[in-house]
Amino acid sequence: MKVVICAGTPTSGKTTVLKQVIKRLKDKGLRLAYLKIDVQFTEEDELFKTLFDIPTKKVYSGEMCPDHCNVMVLGDAVSWAAEEKSDILFVETAGLCLRCSPYIERALGIAVLEATSGMNLPRKIGPLLALADIALVTKIDLVSQAEREVFRANIMKAAKVDIIETDALHGINMDRIVQKIENTADLEDPLVLRGNPPVGVCTICVGKKEIGWKQHFGVVRPLDGDMFYRGE
Amino acid sequence: MEIDELTIIAGSGKNKEKEPVGRVNLKIGNIVSIVGPTGSGKTELINDIERFANENTPSKRKILIDGSTAPDEFKNDPSKNPIALITQHTNFLSDLPVYEFLSIHAGIRQSGKIESTINRTLDFANQLTGESIILENAMTELSGGQSRALLIADAVIIGNSPIILLDEIENAGIHRTKALELLKDYKKIFFFVTHDPRIALLSDFRIVMKNGAMQKLIEREDKEKRVAEEIKKIDDILSDCRTKIRAGESLNEVDFKNKMRALGYVS
Repeated sequence: MKVVICAGTPTSGKTTVLKQVIKRLKDKGLRLAYLKIDVQFTEEDELFKTLFDIPTKKVYSGEMCPDHCNVMVLGDAVSWAAEEKSDILFVETAGLCLRCSPYIERALGIAVLEATSGMNLPRKIGPLLALADIALVTKIDLVSQAEREVFRANIMKAAKVDIIETDALHGINMDRIVQKIENTADLEDPLVLRGNPPVGVCTICVGKKEIGWKQHFGVVRPLDGDMFYRGE
Repeated sequence: MEIDELTIIAGSGKNKEKEPVGRVNLKIGNIVSIVGPTGSGKTELINDIERFANENTPSKRKILIDGSTAPDEFKNDPSKNPIALITQHTNFLSDLPVYEFLSIHAGIRQSGKIESTINRTLDFANQLTGESIILENAMTELSGGQSRALLIADAVIIGNSPIILLDEIENAGIHRTKALELLKDYKKIFFFVTHDPRIALLSDFRIVMKNGAMQKLIEREDKEKRVAEEIKKIDDILSDCRTKIRAGESLNEVDFKNKMRALGYVS
């Protein structure tokens, strides 16, 4: 099974991109699963279930940082998607403080950036962009050719990633993303977070990058269930 | 970037019937107008060109550059794209100051002489606007007309794009006649989506759209060139009136009639 983790600020166009990508992969006969990690409200799980008839789940991180929540629940989510016999698990998550990133080793990390969000955005979102495999620039139909080029140059200054410009509403350049997903290797154990979260006090912040709540102590949570305390 | 030829191979219109014009071949230096009523498919046609359509858009048209389908790099790297599209909605959303933005773009596209490229771009843009663009201002502070003028100047000089698509330049709030004059000096393929007779008659070719299909390809003839000359004179009078109104002056009937009479139109 492959895992694709798609991150980006709210309204950047993650869902529109995934709709296009999932439609194309589904038409190729692949089995897909979808997990949305959000802070307090989301209905994309319902949307994807209705549109594509695939197994979906959502999790509200609530009090917990969404990137921490991702570390906690992703282990369970991978098992769930495997039980559903999925070929690809899509995880869509809203970055919150932009100091961490949700990507894990051997999964495809996609950072979604709006072309309309200001030329300095690539410098402001740190590891969300720097640790991704692909920077997906959305809404390019709204900006000039010149701005597309300058935005790309600014991304290249901030990170070594592949850059794909899209207009997801009209499906522009989607085939390139689909191809990247198809070329992604299958996920293998152990699941490990890419990069170091900032200095902190919890197990994740101090650099324990193993995925799955069973690997952590303190306040933890499984995919289905509430937060609880684990430890001495 | 060197390009000699662009070819549009027809697809189908709204009713799925084959387009009456089967193929349009354009050479560098050609000026083409796309005309037709609202909703006839003009914008779709220039979008097809901009996307290097390869039977993968609703019209199923195919765009060839120098006889072959566009290489992937045209689509994958914006700085290798030989086409610049300036639509009615294209706007600068960049929060950078004008100078910084232009110097980054010039650095991507041109080697050496960034300073002189920026000056030429600014000079071009300022000839099209009412009030000059200030280099220290943020791009987002530019007026609609200034943005449009800078977009065109940037595409022509910094981008040096061999193919430029302009959607209804007459509504852009810029000095339209001056724009046509300046653009004619550059050897490119220009597409104008237009409702303006002066722009349409200045073109070498007109593609007439209806029901989403290319209905007719008209090559401008000499007799039309003579009409174009007359339209130009009348248009200049109107544009003179426009300038006066903008400057807060009043129009004068005697003055206006004298000008029309000089052209031989009022007895």
